[in-house]
Amino acid sequence: MSHDKTMNLTLHVWRQNGPKDPGKFEVYEAKNVSPDQSFLEMLDEVNEDLIKAGKDPIAFDHDCREGICGMCSQVINGMAHGGQDRTTVCQLHMRMFKDGDTIYIEPWRARAFPIVKDLVVDRGALDTIIQAGGYTSAHTGGVADGNALLVPKDIADYAMDAAECIGCGACVAGCPNGSAMLFTSAKVSQLAVLPQGKAEAKRRVQEMTGALQECGFGNCTNHYECQAACPKGINVKFIATLNREYLKSIF
Amino acid sequence: MILDGKCPTGPIEKTWDKHRFDMKLVNPANKRKYKILVVGTGLAGGAAAASLGELGYNVEAFCYQDSPRRAHSIAAQGGINAAKNYPNDGDSIYRLFYDTIKGGDFRAREADVWRLAQVSNNIIDQCVAQGVPFARDYAGYLDNRSFGGAQVSRTFYARGQTGQQLLLGAYSALARQIKAGTVKMFNRTEMLDLIVVDGEAKGITVRDMVTGEIRSHVGDAVVLCTGGYVNVFYLSTNAMGCSVTAAWKAHRKGAFFANPCYTQIHPTCIPQHGDKQSKLTLMSESLRNDGRCWAPKNKGDKRAPGEIPEEERDYYLERKYPSFGNLAPRDIASRAAKEQCDDDRGVGPGGRGVYLDFAASIKRLGEDTIRERYGNLFEMYEKITDENAYKVPMRIYPAPHYSMGGLWVDYNCESNVPGLFVLGEANFSVHGANRLGASALMQGLADGYFVIPYTIANYLAKTAPGKVKADNPECKKSVDDVNNNLKKLMSINGKKTVSEFHRELGRIMWENVGMARSEQSCKEALKKIPALREEFWKNVKVSGSGAQFNQDLENAGRVADFLEFGELLTRDALYRNESCGGHFRVEHQMPDGEAKRDDENFCHAAAWEFKGVNAEPELHIEPLKFENVHLAIRSYK
Ligand SMILES: Cc1cc2nc3c(=O)[nH]c(=O)nc-3n(C[C@H](O)[C@H](O)[C@H](O)COP(=O)(O)OP(=O)(O)OC[C@H]3O[C@@H](n4cnc5c(N)ncnc54)[C@H](O)[C@@H]3O)c2cc1C
Ligand code: SF4
Ligand code: FES
Repeated sequence: MSHDKTMNLTLHVWRQNGPKDPGKFEVYEAKNVSPDQSFLEMLDEVNEDLIKAGKDPIAFDHDCREGICGMCSQVINGMAHGGQDRTTVCQLHMRMFKDGDTIYIEPWRARAFPIVKDLVVDRGALDTIIQAGGYTSAHTGGVADGNALLVPKDIADYAMDAAECIGCGACVAGCPNGSAMLFTSAKVSQLAVLPQGKAEAKRRVQEMTGALQECGFGNCTNHYECQAACPKGINVKFIATLNREYLKSIF
Repeated sequence: MILDGKCPTGPIEKTWDKHRFDMKLVNPANKRKYKILVVGTGLAGGAAAASLGELGYNVEAFCYQDSPRRAHSIAAQGGINAAKNYPNDGDSIYRLFYDTIKGGDFRAREADVWRLAQVSNNIIDQCVAQGVPFARDYAGYLDNRSFGGAQVSRTFYARGQTGQQLLLGAYSALARQIKAGTVKMFNRTEMLDLIVVDGEAKGITVRDMVTGEIRSHVGDAVVLCTGGYVNVFYLSTNAMGCSVTAAWKAHRKGAFFANPCYTQIHPTCIPQHGDKQSKLTLMSESLRNDGRCWAPKNKGDKRAPGEIPEEERDYYLERKYPSFGNLAPRDIASRAAKEQCDDDRGVGPGGRGVYLDFAASIKRLGEDTIRERYGNLFEMYEKITDENAYKVPMRIYPAPHYSMGGLWVDYNCESNVPGLFVLGEANFSVHGANRLGASALMQGLADGYFVIPYTIANYLAKTAPGKVKADNPECKKSVDDVNNNLKKLMSINGKKTVSEFHRELGRIMWENVGMARSEQSCKEALKKIPALREEFWKNVKVSGSGAQFNQDLENAGRVADFLEFGELLTRDALYRNESCGGHFRVEHQMPDGEAKRDDENFCHAAAWEFKGVNAEPELHIEPLKFENVHLAIRSYK
């Protein structure tokens, strides 16, 4: 609830004008920050001051500000989304920090995500992976009644656990190899366990893993940093499911 | 002018089938010759672009986020309605139709609402086929929950993330078409003008948000699916980028704006914590299935909730509306909460809150069941407020949430500008003066999957493909206009930031045209808004240059449009001298404080025509006829 104490913080923020610009950290002061403010609201205030001073505000991606669109994407003190369990940057609140703290803010860093500006990166490669096969080929209209296919609760729940991925890319940013395996495996697993997705399971896993390579993501060598970085708690067991599906598809 | 909704006639249950048969078709071989521009790829636009692409049209789709998967439809929590009647509790297409007409306080067109109810069942089937993991029971059947304004259980859901799952379903269908090459997707691209040639919509002008390039795209038809406008209040449950811009630019090019004063204030949002707040967060209405709303009976009671004994609590919704109780419709529940607070019985900071209490349900069902149903919402609540709602009741307060008004469209979802179609929250069609919970997802997908694929053919079949070329003088003119406007924004170099103006506009709107409106408050706002707009164009400060990634410039354009639109909203609220649904004029209420309609004078849609920024818009009226559900006083008692 409301705390009256405000705090002052020092921010080291990565500034970079475009993919080819070398980029560097700049230092800013964030003053009178309320613990009830969100992290992005704190950055809004810093930006207001920069704009008024005739300087270029810090570019960062955000939209829903409620942890579901997957747009926000910052590495805070070395941790994707700031390291609070199951929390996106936009849901991070300043009560996590103390007066006088120094905070380092960087963009997602991965070969497959070129920097657009400052903290904004291009995550188009994640769309490319889904386009490679992350769907069922259901036509609009002409499908069976929703209850024609029974899906037992445990299967529906397993699919939903996987489907919770918000496509933010933190798993890639957190992975020492810059792999998008967790992201890819979540979609592969969701559709592989559901009866609706089974018909295309073989082709899907092959094409999606193929796209993974083509987009410049690294290989998965089982560090499991992805799971630690994931704000939605997507479990690495889905990577095992993907591997099983992959093996099934080649034999 | 009297507007014609072009609704089919005859028995209501045959209207859509008959109309589908009467419409013209485009021959399969000709479809690829037609280019359709779909602006917005949320539920409405994503479903439309995917379905039109699959039919073989040549589609270009646009969104302002970095991926279509992030449209604000993603944030919908509670669920989607359909008339499946799986629980066997008395539901039917007719009942869903009836509930929606009544819920909208008799201000929507019957034929459109009928069609929505009719196709609702196809939507569920479609989403299941896409692999949307709806909640299931142990035997594997689809599960349902209840939502406000209905006495049957007809809401399908996927945990507390229904919108996310439905959007990802539409997004996956869209991804499939992008790969197939039928849809070309333009992310981070914002529409800033509509191109009208010889009276018909034939293109759009956009800004590439990465490079700053301004360019036009021409096509044979334009489909706007750009969402709602409640960010005109600054603080709302919408995403930061949601704006009226696309709709407003179309309005400036001739499309009528209907019922802009119909805005929905959602009863269950997390109360505001301070004045630096950037947005408000919704707590899904589904919580009212198991949560009970109450406020202390005694004025100014500052005790902690646990210290207030049962007999000193007022479960005001249960008391006032015994048959619907905590599931009273949104407009009613919001006003009831405000009443408690205005009466000095509110709780939390500033007394702007009431309790939503789960103690009784936790006792009855156990904490695990409640966690299973709403776990993610409780988690979200805790992140924002630092309070555990399993132990202390949630605090909630109403917040701007949804816009029932929007661009005027006929039964075909076509605006008065031929070739311009409007789907989803951006149009005004089915929710009348108040939308029922779980009906917006239904509308977006109905429009996108099952309406536009038919109705657009009826238009295209009458026009030759590729009539307008990229070198048309209207395109160049539009690009010049957009460039000049952006240059002007950047050249002012004043003292106040864009957010400061937006906040100020929001304050004017919320105080004068928010949950309660009066002739006087509307007139007050009509003085203040133009003055603020004038100041904006003299004193705004926008950083950077146009030819680059520039979020400040993006915002400036959106706020400039809100500063024009806010005035229209207010004018409409002043004009509509009655109360209905979410539009509450304090002069018109029943003795018990319910909204009092004036069917004699206002049983119509009010559609406004743009006449210039500081000029009065012209009013056009579409009379509403109720032949199936008879006009009656809405009662949820
Ligand atoms: C927090 C929240 C919870 C909700 N819960 C429910 C619920 O449980 N059940 C229910 O039925 N409804 C719910 N709603 C309402 C419902 O989610 C929306 O009304 C619906 O999803 C709107 O869909 P849409 O496709 O019309 O618009 P959106 O999903 O908002 O999509 C708009 C699209 O337009 C694009 N766009 C906008 N402007 C431009 C421009 N100028 N240029 C280019 N692109 C542009 C955006 O990029 C986006 O792709 C909820 C709404 C909110 C905010
Ligand atoms: S798996 Fe987790 S971290 Fe990776 S994209 Fe999905 S939600 Fe983000
Ligand atoms: S801004 Fe949407 S998840 Fe953070």
